[in-house]
Amino acid sequence: MLREVSINLPVTPEDIESLTPGSIVYLNGIVYTARERVYDKIMVKGEKLPDNFSSLSNVNFHCSPAAAPQEDGSYHIGGVTATASFRFSKYLADWLDLTQTKIIIGKGGMPGDDYKNILAPRGAIYLTTVGYGTGALLGRGVQAVESVHWLDELGIAQAMWMFRVKNFGPFLVDSDLQGNSLFAQQGEIVNQNIESLYEGLKEPALHRYGETHDRKNELM
Amino acid sequence: MIQNSIIEEASYEIMKKAAIDIPEDYLGGIKSVAEKESEQLSGFVIKTMVKNYEAATEDRRPMCADTGLPRYYVKVGDNARFQGGFTGIERAMRSATARATHDVPLRPNRVHPLWRTDHNNNVGINSPEVEWSFEPNEDWIDITTVHKGGLFGTDYRMLFPGDGIDGIKRFLLDTLISFGKRGLCCQPAIVGVGLGGSKDTCMQLGKQAACLRVVGDRNPDPEISALELELKEIGNGIGMGPMGFVGSSMVVDLHIEVGHTHTGGMPISVHTFCLSSRRATARIHGNGEIEYRTDPKWFTPYHRRETIGWEEASC
Ligand code: SF4
Repeated sequence: MLREVSINLPVTPEDIESLTPGSIVYLNGIVYTARERVYDKIMVKGEKLPDNFSSLSNVNFHCSPAAAPQEDGSYHIGGVTATASFRFSKYLADWLDLTQTKIIIGKGGMPGDDYKNILAPRGAIYLTTVGYGTGALLGRGVQAVESVHWLDELGIAQAMWMFRVKNFGPFLVDSDLQGNSLFAQQGEIVNQNIESLYEGLKEPALHRYGETHDRKNELM
Repeated sequence: MIQNSIIEEASYEIMKKAAIDIPEDYLGGIKSVAEKESEQLSGFVIKTMVKNYEAATEDRRPMCADTGLPRYYVKVGDNARFQGGFTGIERAMRSATARATHDVPLRPNRVHPLWRTDHNNNVGINSPEVEWSFEPNEDWIDITTVHKGGLFGTDYRMLFPGDGIDGIKRFLLDTLISFGKRGLCCQPAIVGVGLGGSKDTCMQLGKQAACLRVVGDRNPDPEISALELELKEIGNGIGMGPMGFVGSSMVVDLHIEVGHTHTGGMPISVHTFCLSSRRATARIHGNGEIEYRTDPKWFTPYHRRETIGWEEASC
């Protein structure tokens, strides 16, 4: 059976230590969303983080919620779903240093080297959402919007949302502090079969770049 | 005469239904794929997805927060009479999109490709897309909305007649493996294969095959229908399940649509309609009554016609 754990946030180093690839995780506390436009703002343009940011939350969710502002000034959160994380790789080292973030939640994991070189040395791990379209289940776990930053400037999808969450999940642990990765482990098993799938199928007459990496080659 | 306000109401309701309620054919399909899944992780992912559909329907919240690119397909009967003309229908659908975006809520995904400006309502230049088709003799208007994930799972290639079925199989494997890794295309998916046409129709056909036919539906050409089943097995034989984990659940169903093409070519496109296969249809009858369903019934015999005229072909 897969192991299931519930964790209170901000997450402690002991909790992080105890998580192994393939465990199922639920979270309680505050998580924040940040993706390319927030990263740009803080790290490229050098703008300031909200006050006390690091003590409030150390969990970065790569997500854009389906949210609608209500007349009384509150927000109606429908679903929340992660977006593919590999695109944010270049920002991560600086972001972890600046914010002391210890958990990244997203879709599909990061390239394997990022775990070894960026996350693990900083005591951080990666959780992936399940499916990935579990927007309704995750939406249920969001109890309230604690605050939202730069909403007018960045729009609903790119703003920084701080969610108070309870029983928020499920997530699967992808990476641990040794830099192991569930995706990498599973991918290797899948890869063993791939060559045999193409056996006996003749190649198309016209090739494409990608099948050859030398742009001087003809494709015929 | 169908009132414009009825068209707006129907377009709004299907946006809501599509976002929240998983179509029963897909749910049935995913459950039967799950029965065959023997891997623990892949099985856990599918079970969680089924819980997610239930939560969405119970809470009336979107099943996936990524709305994808919400759009419309419209089929107009020859005898349908409606207020406000064709541009009136388009205006009604734009208004319904903006209202549904606020009310459901849907994520306002649509931004300008260069300036990244967001109107926060999923309406903008060329969006939502509206594709038109027609049907002889009928007095209704069918409006279908599809919310398809917009980033991964689609590819196009010009193959040649000599590449044959092998070429089709290779390209299908290439596409499913490349986007299936880590589950970028959120499989298990309904896979659509477009064959033939010109490049743009090839893309269109494949997309419609994925999004506008229900699980279990077969192409009326018996040989194409057999190829659909063969390709589905190939997809599920890759050894990959949801999220790219080891498993056998890649393809819930596979649909092929064809169009007559250039004598020298055999263009192919592959599309994957994800775990949140969101579609809903409204039929507005001539008397203004609205009927809702989840089968778009887009590919009618008329739609797939091969002959010059239609009347002569049917008698
Ligand atoms: S591909 Fe589909 S299920 Fe996955 S995140 Fe996009 S809309 Fe949701």
